[in-house]
Amino acid sequence: MKILVSIKRVVDYNVKVRVKADNTGIDLANVKMSMNPFCEIAVEEAVRLKEKGVASEIVVVTAGPATAQEQLRTALALGADRALLVETADELTSLAVAKLLKAVVDKEQPQLVILGKQAIDSDNNQTGQMLAALTGFAQGTFASKVEIAGDKVDVTREIDGGLQTVALNLPAIVTTDLRLNEPRYASLPNIMKAKKKPLETVTPDALGVSTASTNKTLKVEAPAARSAGIKVKSVAELVEKLKNEAKVI
Amino acid sequence: MTILVITEHENGAVAPATLNAVAAAAKIGGDIHVLVAGQNVGGVAEAAAKFAGVAKVLVADNAAYAHQLPENVAPLVTDVAVAYSHILAPATSNGKNLLPRVAALLDVDQISEIISVESADTFKRPIYAGNAIATVQSNAAVKVITVRATAFDPVAAGLPRDPAAVEHLATSHNPGISHFIDEQLAQSDRPELTAANIVVSGGRGLQNGDNFKHLYALADKLGAGVGASRAAVDAGFVPNDMQVGQTGKIVAPQLYIAVGISGAIQHLAGMKDSKVIVAINKDEEAPIFQVADYGLVADLFESVPELQSLL
Repeated sequence: MKILVSIKRVVDYNVKVRVKADNTGIDLANVKMSMNPFCEIAVEEAVRLKEKGVASEIVVVTAGPATAQEQLRTALALGADRALLVETADELTSLAVAKLLKAVVDKEQPQLVILGKQAIDSDNNQTGQMLAALTGFAQGTFASKVEIAGDKVDVTREIDGGLQTVALNLPAIVTTDLRLNEPRYASLPNIMKAKKKPLETVTPDALGVSTASTNKTLKVEAPAARSAGIKVKSVAELVEKLKNEAKVI
Repeated sequence: MTILVITEHENGAVAPATLNAVAAAAKIGGDIHVLVAGQNVGGVAEAAAKFAGVAKVLVADNAAYAHQLPENVAPLVTDVAVAYSHILAPATSNGKNLLPRVAALLDVDQISEIISVESADTFKRPIYAGNAIATVQSNAAVKVITVRATAFDPVAAGLPRDPAAVEHLATSHNPGISHFIDEQLAQSDRPELTAANIVVSGGRGLQNGDNFKHLYALADKLGAGVGASRAAVDAGFVPNDMQVGQTGKIVAPQLYIAVGISGAIQHLAGMKDSKVIVAINKDEEAPIFQVADYGLVADLFESVPELQSLL
């Protein structure tokens, strides 16, 4: 089966982000960019399914600026077979990305689409569910286990208070949670090989998709800082403060 | 302006986060209706009819909605959506699973995890794990929104009032593309993390899963829920559903006691709105002390049992 993996280029998770002085967004100048961690888990899961002989081809796709080719090359180095960049300089909402991915799904006809459950920049947690709505496919979100069984996929999902398992007809959409797998690192030979793998570029226009949005970000601010309190010297002092000063016990 | 709030429920009981979502609806203003979708949910609908401020309860009691599969519930919501200016759900795993599917079917962008209502069309929400706050405006005909429960004080439930009108929805949607297999819920006598007044959390400093017994003992003395940092979860000390943080649960209890937790950004995003934060860590440089109201630089294996004995 063919698997489509959607990834996103985001500020590296180790970077402490700063809000721009004019409150229009996050300062991205000279900031390290990486593949969204949940997307790395998505790529890893697809590669493992290929290594098991379940998947025959892995196509990796992203929507974003030309520089997102770096993250596509990373996915190719991790084991994806070919890549597709939907190139646009516009800021995309989750719905816009889902519409672009729907057009790619129509063209590629994958049996399984794997995405990260959320991107660590916008923290939306929407794209996979929206793609499922637009394609009419079933969705297995926040997956901690994915098992293909014939024309179905069993997905174990992380839910509040525990786990839920659902069986979904293929084709289906899966979004990854943290415990699904531990992504590998790309080896140097594979990074070299990835440079020769096919990477195609298209535009939203060529896919016939409008990326207009009903949402508008008015401003972005730094959160109210929480000031540090005091150090207590002993457990007894802590208990006294909690009882008499904070009055929470 | 009429707002629809999707009720979260489990085993015939309303999940508390629903009351926070209704509170967000009340801040937007206008009539509030709630939707109860499920099987054998008469009791839930009855409870929902007594939430403060709710004018009407829509009930879809049908086997198709038994496990709230989004493939079945989303078309139910879109059926009624045209009558509403806003559709809200708590940002629980259920709400997060369902609502984007609804938004895409309605061809509108969703606003996720709002933490404040600025006006009927403008909301604040955290981005970058809470390291920035975005103000977002929606011009959608139906605004689809999930609500971070800890940011809104819950409305009253169960107060004496004339119950709201109940309307039954007879439609059954089941495209048959998804099937519930089973659920493995963690059994615990302790309060659920996101609902607890006091939370005791452990990190890598606990060294192994067995040492969490010290925290359980302390928690039981305080009537607290027990959480963990991602480091402790990734190290396999405790299960994932105990994780407090951006990628786990967001909590805002009256008292949060962080034990052996260094205070990574992603953990702080999940607990920094707690009223009082206590940090116990032997590393006095640990970032957790920068947000703690009371910090104790000490060996947790000595201080936690001592704390328990002094309570």
